[in-house]
Amino acid sequence: MPEPLIYELSSPGREGVTLPHPDVPAAALPRELMRRDLPLPELAEIDVVRHFVRLSQLNHAVDTGFYPLGSCTMKYNPKVNEDAARLAGFAFTHPLQDPETVQGNLALMYMLQDWLKEIGGFAGISLQPAAGAHGELTGILIIRAYHQARGDTKRTKILIPNSAHGTNPASTSMSGLQTVELPSDDRGNVDLQALRQACDDTVAGLMLTNPNTLGLFEEHVREVVDQIHSCGGLVYGDGANMNALLGVVRPGDLGFDVLHFNLHKTFSTPHGGGGPGSGPVGVRQHLVDFLPGPVVQIVEEEDEEQAPLYGLVMPAKTIGRVKAFHGHFGMHVRAFAYMRMQGKAGMRAISDHAVLNANYIRARLRDVYHVPYDRICMHEFVAEGRWDDAPGVRALDVAKRLMDFGFHPPTNYFPLIVHEALMIEPTETESKATLDAFIEVMRKIAEEAHADPETLQTAPHNTPFGRLDEIRAAKDLVLCCRPVEMDADP
Amino acid sequence: MAYIPHTDAERKEMLAAVGVRSLDDLYQAVPADVRFPDLDLPDSVSELEITQELQEMAEANVDTRHFACFLGAGAYNHFIPSAVDHILRRGEFYTAYTPYQPEISQGTLQAIFEYQSLICNLTGMQVSNASHYDGATALAEAAILSLNHHRGARHKLVLSPAIHPQYRQVVRTYMQGMQVEVAGDERLPASAEDLPSRIDSNTAMVAVQYPDFFGRIKDFTALGRAAHAAGALLCVVVNPLALGMLRPPSEFDADIVVGDGQPLGIPMSFGGPTLGHFTIKQEFVRKMAGRLVGETVDSRGQRGYVLTLTPREQHIRREKATSNICTNVALMALASAVYLSLMGKQGLRQAAELCYHKAHYAAERLAKVPGFGLWTKGPFFHEFALKCPRPVAEINQALLDFDILGGYDLGQDYPELRDHMLLAVTEMNSRDQIDALVEAMEEVSHA
Repeated sequence: MPEPLIYELSSPGREGVTLPHPDVPAAALPRELMRRDLPLPELAEIDVVRHFVRLSQLNHAVDTGFYPLGSCTMKYNPKVNEDAARLAGFAFTHPLQDPETVQGNLALMYMLQDWLKEIGGFAGISLQPAAGAHGELTGILIIRAYHQARGDTKRTKILIPNSAHGTNPASTSMSGLQTVELPSDDRGNVDLQALRQACDDTVAGLMLTNPNTLGLFEEHVREVVDQIHSCGGLVYGDGANMNALLGVVRPGDLGFDVLHFNLHKTFSTPHGGGGPGSGPVGVRQHLVDFLPGPVVQIVEEEDEEQAPLYGLVMPAKTIGRVKAFHGHFGMHVRAFAYMRMQGKAGMRAISDHAVLNANYIRARLRDVYHVPYDRICMHEFVAEGRWDDAPGVRALDVAKRLMDFGFHPPTNYFPLIVHEALMIEPTETESKATLDAFIEVMRKIAEEAHADPETLQTAPHNTPFGRLDEIRAAKDLVLCCRPVEMDADP
Repeated sequence: MAYIPHTDAERKEMLAAVGVRSLDDLYQAVPADVRFPDLDLPDSVSELEITQELQEMAEANVDTRHFACFLGAGAYNHFIPSAVDHILRRGEFYTAYTPYQPEISQGTLQAIFEYQSLICNLTGMQVSNASHYDGATALAEAAILSLNHHRGARHKLVLSPAIHPQYRQVVRTYMQGMQVEVAGDERLPASAEDLPSRIDSNTAMVAVQYPDFFGRIKDFTALGRAAHAAGALLCVVVNPLALGMLRPPSEFDADIVVGDGQPLGIPMSFGGPTLGHFTIKQEFVRKMAGRLVGETVDSRGQRGYVLTLTPREQHIRREKATSNICTNVALMALASAVYLSLMGKQGLRQAAELCYHKAHYAAERLAKVPGFGLWTKGPFFHEFALKCPRPVAEINQALLDFDILGGYDLGQDYPELRDHMLLAVTEMNSRDQIDALVEAMEEVSHA
C-alpha cells in the first residue's frame, strides 16, 4: 500500500511544533530581503510520526532481515553504539570549541587513530574522509602530492584492475590523474604480465582491492606490490574488504602505502540507507606528512599529575582539508565503542567467522550455482545467476525472487568480469540457522529456474511493491513535488 | 564473543562442510610470514564497561547542554524536536543499505524524494540530489559541475572571501590536480562589491555565501547578472534555516545552491556527520554528482520511487564519471526531512525570526559594552562580528568560567580581523543567557 507524500498530508494552518514566545524586543526586519512564501507542508506531530513510521516499514534492513550483500558488509549494528554517539558530551559539542574543552572527543579520536594504525600496519591515520570513495580521492591526492614533493612530476597514471570498484577510476579522474585498466588472470588475480608491461616511470600508483571483488586473496600480492614499488609507484589499498583481514594480515605489512577503511562496513557503524559513512585513510611513514588534517596528536605529554593534552594538528605537507571540521565524528564514536568491545581477540574472531560463513554458503551452493572461481574465498564469493539449460533466467530474477522469502538480494552484476554475478557476503553476525535458511531458498530458486522460470521473471510477488519501472523514471523525470494547493471549500 | 552467534558445535559442522579442519586453514593464500600478526590492542570490555568509559570521556567535554553556546561559524546549536531522533532510531531506516533494490526500499526512497522536494521548495531551485557529505564538499562538487559545464574550456573559480574559510580550503584541496585558478578571496574586502571585477571569460563559477560567513545578508541579484553576462555560473552557499525568512537564492537567478543542512534537525556532534545539500536548475541535471531519486510506477500500477539517471554514476561511467560520489548522507537527509515536516511553514519561519531577533538584541547590547564595537554593518541574520578590546582566545577562556562558550576568533582566518569575534545567537539562547553574556563581557573586558 503506497504512502501519500508528505505534501499530500498537509493542511493549511496545522502546526507540528510550538516554539517559545520571543523574550527579547523585536528588531526591524529587512523587508526587501524577506521571502514572500515558504512552501513547506503543515502537519501535526502525529501526522509526521505516522508518515515516517509507515515509510520505515517499507524498508528491508539489517534489523529486519538478512543482507548478504557482497562488498557492502551489512553486519549487525550494536545498539550500544547508537546510545554512545548520542551522549550529550559527544552529540552536543561544537567542532570549533577550544581543544581544551573537548579533550574527551580528542582522546577518543586519538585512540581510534591508534587502533586503525595497528590493525592496518600504518604509521599515520586521518579520520577526515566522510566515506569510502572520499577516502579513495584522499589517498590518490596523497600519492600525487608525494611524487610532486619529490619533483617527480611525470607520474600521471594510476593502474586499476578491471575487477575494481567503479569509484576507483572515478576518484583517479577527480584527482587529475589518468586511469590505466589492467586485466585479471584466469584465477581472478591481477594479470602479472600485463602489470609488468604497464609499469614505467609515468606510473604514480596502483589501486588494489585485496581480497579482490571476487572475494579472493590476491595470490601474487607480494609480486604486485614489489613490481609497483620497483617502478617508483605507490600502492593504494581499497579497504572495502577489510572485514576479512582483521588480525589476519595487515595491509601495511604487505607493503601497501595507503588504504582507506570503511568504518560503516568493518566497524559496525550503520549504513543509514546510504550514509553517513566514514572513510579514514591510513598511510606508511613516508606519507604521514601528506595526510589531510587536522589529525589528533598529543601536544603535551602525560606526566604523573596530568593526563596528556590532545590537540588538532595539520600535517606538515598536508594535501589540505577534504571536508569541513574533523570528519564524521558521530561515526568515530560508534566505531570506537565497537572496537573497544571486540578488543584484540575479537578482531580475529570477526574475520574468522565472516570467512567461515562465506565459505559455508559457497560449499553448500556450488553444486547448483556455478561459482567461476571456486576456491577457498575470504568473506565473500561470486556465483553466477544463470544456467545454460535455463536460458530465460538472469541474476536479476534470482535477486528479485529472494525478496519473496524475506532476504535482501546479493550484489548484482558486480564484479563486471563475471556474467550475471551474484556477490554473496554473509558477514560474521549471521547464525548458521540464518545461513541454512538462505541456502535452502537459494536451492529452491535454482530449482524454480528450471521448473518454473516465469515465477522468477515476474518476482517479487510477496513484497509491498512489484518491479519498478526504472526506464519510465529516467524518461519522465519527476525529481520533486511542489506543495498541493488545498481546496478551501468543504 | 560479542555479536557472533556461532556455537562450537556449529563451527565444527561448518568447517567440515567447507572441507577444512580449522579456522586457520581458511587463510592459505595469505603470505605466511605476515599471517596472524600479534596486534597491540587492548583486551575486550563488556557493554557495561564501555558504557561507563564512554560516559566518562563524554563528560570530559564542555557541551552545549551545560554551557550557553554563542559559537557558530558553520555549525549551529538549534532546537531539534524529539520526534526527529525517534524516527532516525528506527532500525528500518538506520540499518538499511543504499536503496538499489527499490521493491524493498521504498521507505528510504520516498523519504529521499520528500527530502529533495523540501530542499527544492526551500531554496526555490528545480532539482536537488539525495545529499552530499557536507556543505564544504558540496561547494567543491559545485565547482566540478561548473568546470564540466564549460567542458574544460574555463579554468577559474571566483570565490567570495566571505565564504566559510574551511569550505574554500576544501575547494582548493579538490582542485589541486586540475589546472584551475581559485581567485577572489585573497583579501577580505569591506564588501563583496568588488567580486564582479574578478569575473572574466575564463571564469566557470562565481560563489558567494548567504548569509555570509559573517552573518551578513546581501542581495546578489547584480552579482548574478555580472556572472551570467560573462557566461559563468552563480553558486550560492546558504544556511538553509535562514531561508525560513530570507528570499530564496533562486531570486538571484542562482544556478547552483549548496549548503550544510546541519541546522535542520541534526546535532552538531563535533562537526559530523552533517548534511550537504545540493540543488540546481533543471538544465544541469545530467552533470550533477550524487544520487537522485525519481518517481515512477511498479508492475502493479502503484506510485513508487527509484534511484534514477544512474548512467551519470561511477559504477557505469567509471573513469568518465564526473564525480566519485557513491554514497550520500541518507540518514541525515531523513533527519532534515522529518525536521522540515515538523517545523513546517510556520515553525521554520518562527525559528528563523527568533534567531534574528535574539541576535540583534545581543549585538545591540554587546556593542554598548565599553571597549567592544560592532564590526558588522548592514543587515545580518543570526551571526555578527564584534571588535574586542583583548585577544579573542583570552576572552573565550574567561567566559568558560561563566559557563559560556564564546565566539569564533576571526583573526585565525582573516589577519585584518585580529581581536574580532564572530558570535552566533539562536532560538536556543534565552534572554537570560544573552544578558549573562553581556555581563560577563563587561567583566572580562577589563580583567
